[in-house]
Amino acid sequence: MLEKMIFGRYIPGDSFIHKLDPRSKLLFVLFFVVAVFLANNVATYGLLLAFTLFVIFISRIRLYFLLNGLKPILILIIFTFLMHIIFTKEGTLLVDLKIIKIYEEGLRQGIFISIRFLVLVLMTSILTLTTSPISITDGMEDLLNPFKRFKLPVHELALMMSISLRFIPTLMDETDKILKAQLARGSDISTGSIKQRIRAVIPLLVPLFVSAFKRAEELAIAMEVRGYRGGEGRTRYRQLTWGSRDTISMVLLVMLIGALYLLKG
Amino acid sequence: MKEILSLEQVSYSYPTDDDEVVKAIDGVSLSVKDGEWIAIVGHNGSGKSTMAKLIIGLLFPQDGVVNVFNEQLTNENLWDIRSRLGIVFQNPDNQFVGSTVQDDVAFALENNGIPFEEMVKRVHESLKQVKMSEFLDHEPHHLSGGQKQRVAIAGALALRPNLLIMDEATSMLDPQGRDEVIRIVQELKQRTGLTVISITHDLEEALLADRIFVMNKGKILQTGTPDEVFKHGEQLESIGLDMPFALRVSELLRKNGLSLEGEHMTEEELVNELWTSHFKM
Ligand SMILES: Nc1ncnc2c1ncn2[C@@H]1O[C@H](COP(=O)(O)OP(=O)(O)O)[C@@H](O)[C@H]1O
Ligand SMILES: [Mg+2]
Repeated sequence: MLEKMIFGRYIPGDSFIHKLDPRSKLLFVLFFVVAVFLANNVATYGLLLAFTLFVIFISRIRLYFLLNGLKPILILIIFTFLMHIIFTKEGTLLVDLKIIKIYEEGLRQGIFISIRFLVLVLMTSILTLTTSPISITDGMEDLLNPFKRFKLPVHELALMMSISLRFIPTLMDETDKILKAQLARGSDISTGSIKQRIRAVIPLLVPLFVSAFKRAEELAIAMEVRGYRGGEGRTRYRQLTWGSRDTISMVLLVMLIGALYLLKG
Repeated sequence: MKEILSLEQVSYSYPTDDDEVVKAIDGVSLSVKDGEWIAIVGHNGSGKSTMAKLIIGLLFPQDGVVNVFNEQLTNENLWDIRSRLGIVFQNPDNQFVGSTVQDDVAFALENNGIPFEEMVKRVHESLKQVKMSEFLDHEPHHLSGGQKQRVAIAGALALRPNLLIMDEATSMLDPQGRDEVIRIVQELKQRTGLTVISITHDLEEALLADRIFVMNKGKILQTGTPDEVFKHGEQLESIGLDMPFALRVSELLRKNGLSLEGEHMTEEELVNELWTSHFKM
């Protein structure tokens, strides 16, 4: 189940989308999310859906893989669709099954909302699937740079993010090790009442926290002796480069928003 | 030769809640010359790490003076001095800051505001020195402990330091990783004349040094070349250090009536002595 989930996962590749600068991808998704709310008729929703499918196509991520990974969310979408069909009672009556009456407006609303939900989820998934977490962090840091003036600790937040990302596998390994060590001592977190299970988790969390604090302290020392003094006067090793690809995608975005504006009712 | 580091009557004790104060470093004086390989040995809690922290200015002594590159270490020149020395710590995981090998090597360069083109050059140069060039884009959790320590050394070398300190940098590694790291540092020292201070409680490793400082209870008990220091084997054992294997064997052989000539520091020396000793008889 968890292995199939694609939320927050990154699939390396070399498609057009993979090669885009994280900044252009972030900007694109940000404006796309806003633009989705312009749609209000068949033409605009059709355009959004077609555009999303086009993006998926050039990202070379298989649609089946994508939908399979988004199953829990698809269920949610189907649920909202049904709710709209059942509870909206406007327009002409289309189907009459005595208990359930489906009206034209209900069907319309249901389809529109489902498409809106679906394109939002698909677009953000494409972003995270084609961009490594560290690139997303870099992109965010760069885009948020102007907000430094308002005392937003942009560099510190980005560094925190990147160190957290770097330590996730390390801490996972450690959790695994501690879990096995506790299992060997007869602790069991998979059976028993809720209360018993919670109690069994404590001997797992305590050593994990103790070690995490020790790591944090040693890491801070290692950073300090390597000359880390905050963001002031630092140069950057990971460079972001804005290419013609990124300009193209921005032009596409403007065209999409323009078309949505013209087509909306 | 030029002096690169000196401590004069340095004392340090950690702040404690109760009144009883134990000096972690107690009136230590020492001097290290440019290009030397120094091993500092001593059992756990003898003050080795505290000494390293005093040298890189993570701690300041309550008494005495620490001079690095002929300058007294103060709050003002701290960052300048740190940019000219590198230190590698014990735990390979807890000093890996970057998300990939090359990011980690670049970390100190970024902090010191080195321009991008120069960074790229130095990252490649440093990784080549520790033979990790093929691992440029690897993530830390896909590296062995020895590889991570080599990356840490590369990270320390990137700023082209005059002095490299290793605080038990090999103690968490398997024998293979340990050998890798030691060999790399040995080669580096021969090629570039880097000054190395290697803190260890492994006496085999200490054999490679030009001079050994033996620490006990915050004091320097003994200083000398490996030959000189290991002559007083009983003393080292009395403070809880394990003698190198070859020395232990040759001593036991002597005790049991075999007449061996000279001192044997390494297994090879001992084996050579053993198989040739018959011919002399
Ligand atoms: N952060 C600390 N706070 C208090 N006491 C410490 C701290 N670090 C080390 N000590 C004490 O200082 C002494 C020397 O420790 P250390 O320099 O770490 O020894 P070594 O590295 O040789 O094992 C020990 O007695 C230790 O308990
Ligand atoms: Mg220590």
